[in-house]
Amino acid sequence: MTGIDDLSVTSNQDLGPLQQTPLHAAHVAANGKLVAFAGYEMPVQYPTGVLAEHLHTRSSAGAFDVSHMGQAFIDGHPDPADVLEQLVPGDIKGLAPGHSRYTMLLNELGGVVDDLIVSRLPRVPGRLFVVVNASRKANDFALMRSRFGGRAALTELNDRVLIALQGPKAATVLSRMIPDAVQLSFMQCALYRIGRFDAIVTRSGYTGEDGFEISMPQAAGVPFWQRLLGEAEVKPIGLGARDSLRLEAGLCLYGHDVDETTSPIEAGLSWTIGKRRRASGDFPGAERILEELVQGPARKRVGLRPDGRAPAREGTIIVDETGKTIGSVTSGGFAPSLDAPIAMGYVEAAYAEIGTKLGLVIRGKVNPARVVAMPFIPHQYKRSH
Amino acid sequence: MLRFTKDHEWISLQGKVATVGITDYAQTQLGDVVYVELPEVGARIEAGAQFAVVESVKAASEVYAPLSGTVKEINHALSDSPATVNESPESGGWFAKFELDDPAALSKLMDEAAYKAYVAELG
Repeated sequence: MTGIDDLSVTSNQDLGPLQQTPLHAAHVAANGKLVAFAGYEMPVQYPTGVLAEHLHTRSSAGAFDVSHMGQAFIDGHPDPADVLEQLVPGDIKGLAPGHSRYTMLLNELGGVVDDLIVSRLPRVPGRLFVVVNASRKANDFALMRSRFGGRAALTELNDRVLIALQGPKAATVLSRMIPDAVQLSFMQCALYRIGRFDAIVTRSGYTGEDGFEISMPQAAGVPFWQRLLGEAEVKPIGLGARDSLRLEAGLCLYGHDVDETTSPIEAGLSWTIGKRRRASGDFPGAERILEELVQGPARKRVGLRPDGRAPAREGTIIVDETGKTIGSVTSGGFAPSLDAPIAMGYVEAAYAEIGTKLGLVIRGKVNPARVVAMPFIPHQYKRSH
Repeated sequence: MLRFTKDHEWISLQGKVATVGITDYAQTQLGDVVYVELPEVGARIEAGAQFAVVESVKAASEVYAPLSGTVKEINHALSDSPATVNESPESGGWFAKFELDDPAALSKLMDEAAYKAYVAELG
C-alpha cells in the first residue's frame, strides 16, 4: 500500500535541515510522531492518535505547540497601525488596547498573502503584536519591513514559544497558572507576569473551542508546557488533530483554503474588512475587493457534506448535477465530532446556496454531496456581552 | 499458508482462496481508519494493481493486489466499522477474498519471519 509515510499535514516543506521548536525534546519524550511541516520538525500526532486527540480537545483541553508560527512586535509612533493598514484591510487603528483582530496581508490584486492575528496590548500604545503562519513568516516579515520603511520597526520574537490551550476545560486549567487570564473574552489580549517572565495571552485559537494562545520566552515556556501536560484535563495535541479541529470549525488553512489568488470576499471573510476601510478603500487590491463586495464574487468558499462515508480530499473536483465542473475542494477529511466526512472548497457563486446538491469526483466516481453552513459544529467562544 | 508483501499486506491461502488485508504495522502507521473502499465482487485484479483504498483521518492510501485473481468476497463489515482495521488488522479487519490465478506463486512472497525482519529494518 502507499501513503504510509504520507501523514504529514501539508507539503510546505522547505529544503535544507528542519528547524525545531524549544518544545521539540518534550514531543520526542511524549513519543510524538514527528513530520516535516513548514520547515520545522513537528508532532503530527502522539500515541493515542488523531481521533482521540481531536475528541479530547472537544471534551476537555488540548495543548498545542505552535511555536513554529511567526511572532513579532511592530513598534511605531504614535501608532504603527497607520503603516500596517497599508497592507491589511482590517480596522487596526480602531483596535482598542487589550483587543485582537483577525486580518490578512493582501497583494495588489486583492489576493491573500497570509492571514494573521494582530493584537494591541494594554498599556503599550505604539506597539502591536502579530502572529503569522509558519510557512509564510519569512515572506510576511520581509514584506512588512519593506513597506514600513522607517515609519515602524518590526522585531521578530524568535526566542518565544507559542502554546495554544484549547477546549471546554482550557479556562479552568489556565486559571491555576494565570488566574486573571480567564477574565478575557474572545479576541481580547493581555500581558501577565509569570515569575521573572512575561506572557502575552490572547483568548483565541484555531479549533472553534474556547481557549487561549500563550506567548512567553523560551526559558519560561518549556516548564510551562510541562506544567500544562501535568494537569489531569490536558493532553498534547499534534498537527493532525489541529487540522481536523479547524476544518470542523470552518476555519481557513493558508495555502489551501486561501492563497494569493483568492480574495477575502471569495473566502467568505468580508466581515474582516472594517467599515472605515471599505469607505476609504486604501488597502492593496481595493479595486477588486470593493467590486466583489458590491457585485458578489464569481466563486465562493462553501462547506460540503458528502452523502456517504468517503472523505473528499483537497483537489477533489466538484461537479453540478449535469456533471459540469464548478469548483474544487481545498480542504477535506473526516470530522471525528460528526463521525462523517466534511470538506470545504470553492464553487461558482450560483452553486453556493446552502442545500445545493453537488457531486464530488472521488477516484473517478461522482459521490453526491450538498452545500452546508459553516462552521460544521458550533463555535464555543466566550464572547463579551 | 500466510505470506506478506513489502507494501504491508498479508495474504492467507486456504485451498484456492486467498484472504487479503493490511498488517498490524500498516494500521499503526496509518492511524485511525475512518473509511475503506473495497472492490466489486467478481472484479478481475492484476498483480500490483490497486484493489482497495484505506483512509485515515488525514490521508488516503491505496492497497495493491499481491497476486492476480478474481474477487470472490469482500468484508462488508468494514463499511460500518472501519476501525476494525485498527483493532484486528490480521483477522476481523480483512479486506477481500480472491481466487488466485496461480496459488503456487504465493510461496515467493515473504513468510512471517522474513516480514518481521523487514519491518524491524524499517525501524
